Amino acid sequence: MFQLKAKLFDNQRVKDNYFRLLLRAPQIAELAQPGQFVQVKIGDGCQPLLRRPFSIHRISQGSPRHHVTTSPNYELIEILYEVLGQGTQLLAQKKAGEYLDIIGPLGNGFNYRATGDGRRATVLVAGGMGVAPLLFLADRIVTTLPLRLRSGQARHHVTRKTVVLLGAKTYRQILCEKDFKALGCAVKIATDDGSRGFKGKVTELLKNILVTSHKSQVTSQAYASCDIKYATIYACGPYPMLKAVSNIAKHYDITAQVSLEAHVACGIGACLGCVVNTRGGYQRVCKEGPIFNAEKIVW
Amino acid sequence: MKQTNLEVKIGKLRLKNPMMVASGTFGYAEEFKDFIDLRQLGAIVTKTITLAPRQGNPMPRTCETPAGMLNSIGLENPGIDKFIAEKLPALKKIGAPVIVSIASEDDPQEFTALARRLDKLKEVAGIELNISCPNIRGTTSPRHHVTRLIAQDAKAADEVVRAVRKVTKKTLITKLSPNVTDITEIALAAEKAGTDAVSLVNTFTAMSINVETRKPKIALAVAGLSGPAIRPIALRMVWEVYQKISVPIIGMGGIMDTSSALEFFLAGASCVSVGTANFINPRATIEIIAGIKQYLRENKIKDIKALIGNLNI
Repeated sequence: MFQLKAKLFDNQRVKDNYFRLLLRAPQIAELAQPGQFVQVKIGDGCQPLLRRPFSIHRISQGSPRHHVTTSPNYELIEILYEVLGQGTQLLAQKKAGEYLDIIGPLGNGFNYRATGDGRRATVLVAGGMGVAPLLFLADRIVTTLPLRLRSGQARHHVTRKTVVLLGAKTYRQILCEKDFKALGCAVKIATDDGSRGFKGKVTELLKNILVTSHKSQVTSQAYASCDIKYATIYACGPYPMLKAVSNIAKHYDITAQVSLEAHVACGIGACLGCVVNTRGGYQRVCKEGPIFNAEKIVW
Repeated sequence: MKQTNLEVKIGKLRLKNPMMVASGTFGYAEEFKDFIDLRQLGAIVTKTITLAPRQGNPMPRTCETPAGMLNSIGLENPGIDKFIAEKLPALKKIGAPVIVSIASEDDPQEFTALARRLDKLKEVAGIELNISCPNIRGTTSPRHHVTRLIAQDAKAADEVVRAVRKVTKKTLITKLSPNVTDITEIALAAEKAGTDAVSLVNTFTAMSINVETRKPKIALAVAGLSGPAIRPIALRMVWEVYQKISVPIIGMGGIMDTSSALEFFLAGASCVSVGTANFINPRATIEIIAGIKQYLRENKIKDIKALIGNLNI
């Protein structure tokens, strides 16, 4: 964990109330794992008082001189955020060149090592802003494939097996579709009002895909060959959505990892303010989480 | 110029500087080892320990309020046995004096039982009696027929401090509640009963409501308010207590930086504790120690003790 003053590289509106913040924080970028977060102090005074937690959305190299093929030097971390309250309103006003006091990387990330071995299908399920940590995860799954799979065809096989389900109220809240496609993932969309893709909850879409794949038991291009026996679900979104994902995973006897949200005060495990009820008692979302195996949570 | 002297004495305990951490805001110190050199702290006060493990209160437990925050953790802790077995060894290794905060949901006898256990351990430098946690049930006093905290009843405070004093010679600190009409009454009772120091203040009982859902923002509705919002009241209470008692005061309540820490010394505190600020800036304690040193040097004050209660009034 590091506490540092990170220089703002960029803070751009993506669309509507969604912004992308790019910070220079090499120590954090080098260590960061998908699912981890940073605590950002927005403003120097008492309003807001506490730091605000943000998932690490992506990490990238700082400048072209660092484009070394073997081991990239990650310098930048990216945060995707929605302007909702006082904190994010202030954050949206920050300009390139300013500094932000940040702490990270925090928490336990996704365990994605077992994925991407070419056999397992991977399903990423995002509800609204839940897309934020999943882009980083998709990037890692695709780019850290075992070397034996680096050949074109095998690689294509794995990326095709990474399905991303994006859910939102309307098409306007669908984020990062292009980014996932650029990574080679298959993207499916669900909107509550049917303004894009499947009409209904993203969890219903998830169920449909699993049912179809279960019934056919064949590699269907349309559903990116979800081999159900080996599928892993990674989900991030509102609590009811994660609960539904957990139930679906249980029903099909597949594993799911969920990213939980909580009111985080310290973010470093000291205050015990952000616990969640698990089969092993209360656990800290900021420390043992925010990623938990869905079956571990008492929903 | 000679180096400034930051040393202070609390009971038998000689602290290299007056910087402590408020119980419950610093975990068991390990959470902060990535950020600061823990040895530099005057003393470490642990999260409150109870006899049996406690799960703590339901969620949500915290929320932000104007210049402050509410918490209702409910003394979640692994219990004394697990604390001694699993947390204390690492705390001891740090090298800073360890003060163990203890409490009981509703049985004053437990304080004595806990103190007896801790008295035998040489790695424990002192004991803080948390008789003022606002997020527990409290005791039903036969005299009053109402449930209240020990720190809200001078007689009850006297009994607990007296009983613990009998079983331990370790430095004893009593943590007071601001949720009383006259805090000096309780401070005096604790002093008479043999406490070596008082620490004040614990959090203020408070509420916050989400008007859309009409639900309280904290599961149990009422919680404890901390942070800069309470500082002026905490400071006033330290000043009032300072004029009445002679044992040292550990001042706390919204200390965020050097100047807010200095306020507490001037109001009469011998030591200060950083609480909520640890959540926002894990380096706050260390930065404030450096800031105090600088202030003393700039004002040509050789000893921190010269500052205590030295208010121009």
